[in-house]
Amino acid sequence: MAPRQRGATDPAGERELLSAGDVARTVARMAHQIIEKTALGAPSAPAVVLMGIPSRGAPLARRLAQRIAEFAGVEVPTGTLDVTLYRDDLRRGPTRPLEATKLPEGGIDDKLVVLVDDVLFSGRTIRAALDALRDHGRPRAVQLAVLVDRGHRELPIRADYVGKNVPTARTEEVHVLLAEFDQRDGVVLR
Amino acid sequence: MKHLLSTEGIDPAQATAILDTAAGLKQALEGREVRKLPTLRGRTVITMFFENSTRTRVSFEIAGKWMSADVVNVSASGSSVSKGESLRDTALTLAAAGADCVIVRHPASGAAHRLAGWLKEAGTSVVNAGDGMHEHPTQALLDAATLRERLGDLRDRRIAIVGDVLHSRVARSNVHLLTALGADVTLVAPPTLLPVGVENWPVTVSHELDAELPSLDAVMLLRVQAERMHGGFFPSAREYSIAYGLNENRLNLLPEHAVVLHPGPMLRGMEIASAVADSPRAAITDQVRNGVHVRMAVLYHLLAHEEETA
Repeated sequence: MAPRQRGATDPAGERELLSAGDVARTVARMAHQIIEKTALGAPSAPAVVLMGIPSRGAPLARRLAQRIAEFAGVEVPTGTLDVTLYRDDLRRGPTRPLEATKLPEGGIDDKLVVLVDDVLFSGRTIRAALDALRDHGRPRAVQLAVLVDRGHRELPIRADYVGKNVPTARTEEVHVLLAEFDQRDGVVLR
Repeated sequence: MKHLLSTEGIDPAQATAILDTAAGLKQALEGREVRKLPTLRGRTVITMFFENSTRTRVSFEIAGKWMSADVVNVSASGSSVSKGESLRDTALTLAAAGADCVIVRHPASGAAHRLAGWLKEAGTSVVNAGDGMHEHPTQALLDAATLRERLGDLRDRRIAIVGDVLHSRVARSNVHLLTALGADVTLVAPPTLLPVGVENWPVTVSHELDAELPSLDAVMLLRVQAERMHGGFFPSAREYSIAYGLNENRLNLLPEHAVVLHPGPMLRGMEIASAVADSPRAAITDQVRNGVHVRMAVLYHLLAHEEETA
């Protein structure tokens, strides 16, 4: 396969926004930002946990934790938080299968929880995640990290860490590809 | 899915999806302070029981409440049924009052099917919680969930259903569901307690419990249903117990990993010895626990998706 030109449109009508290398660099930068903003490792800083929202937020949270461990030498516990049962659009489509919820060891009470997702769009998934989190415990604070913010918010929700801001049309679809699911890393617009 | 009326002819993919949802719900609720999900907020579920029941009715009620549905219980004795209202009129009344789902137990086989027909226009979902000697699909689903937990995939697992198959809706529902999931089902009962036409079921039939035990992965005991027996199906309770009751000696004939199930209510000393019922290999309390998650999953698959016309 010929190397993809960033921004080029391929015959399938697909435009690459981030290459595999870009994804790795972006995750690394976000890891640095999390370390800085949460004062990770400082004696007075709150304990940080990363909660990935399935499906693609889960491996992203693990990757961020790996980077944070490399850069700061701090092992940040990760977990997954399925928000399906808290969605407000369940009656607008076929039955959604559930994904795994796994709280990190030590739980989330009094922790600084960083929610991790691939794409921030309407904000409704994050609204559901905040509700789900509340049923699992009482974090000291909640922050949000997303690889791509594509705009078109329908709720007053904003990310604390954004990998890339992408202006999009509502009809376009942003797909984050991760090797764990898609055989390669990248972000494409369809 | 619009209704859950029987497991006969159930799509294995649909059954697996429900079981996966049940496992997901169980995992999602485990160790939580707040055992309540907002998923079915604003939906109304009515249970309509024309037969006695503790575990099934309570289990459906808890399932509905943990999903935040509004649950209303109707029993035959305290309702207009005792004044002579027909099942159809009662059902239409409940639908008109705003039921999104009616869960029905009735002594007549086929009652849930009729109800689903009558409620078609109202768009109300119907769950069969046991109809006469026909089916009890959520019991089969919770049995399958329990077996999957203990044994993993049920493909080619050998499962015996022992006892009063003739009067048992649990046995019928389990035969259809477990074989759909790929299990190898054997019915073990005296000839008098096997239904006519059993030779056309996708099962093997045996009259000798001891011969089957060593090769089983699971044994499911059925309650001897005295209330449905009008005539001599076996000489005496003691003789039945000696031939088909699971006692400690028989428990030792089972392989180490084999699971003992009973849908309840149990008659200790009749089809199951007390020591067997309380042994760690019996999964009877797991069955009840899983019953709530399975019924939550059923409500989720019936009510948490866009309207379909079926």
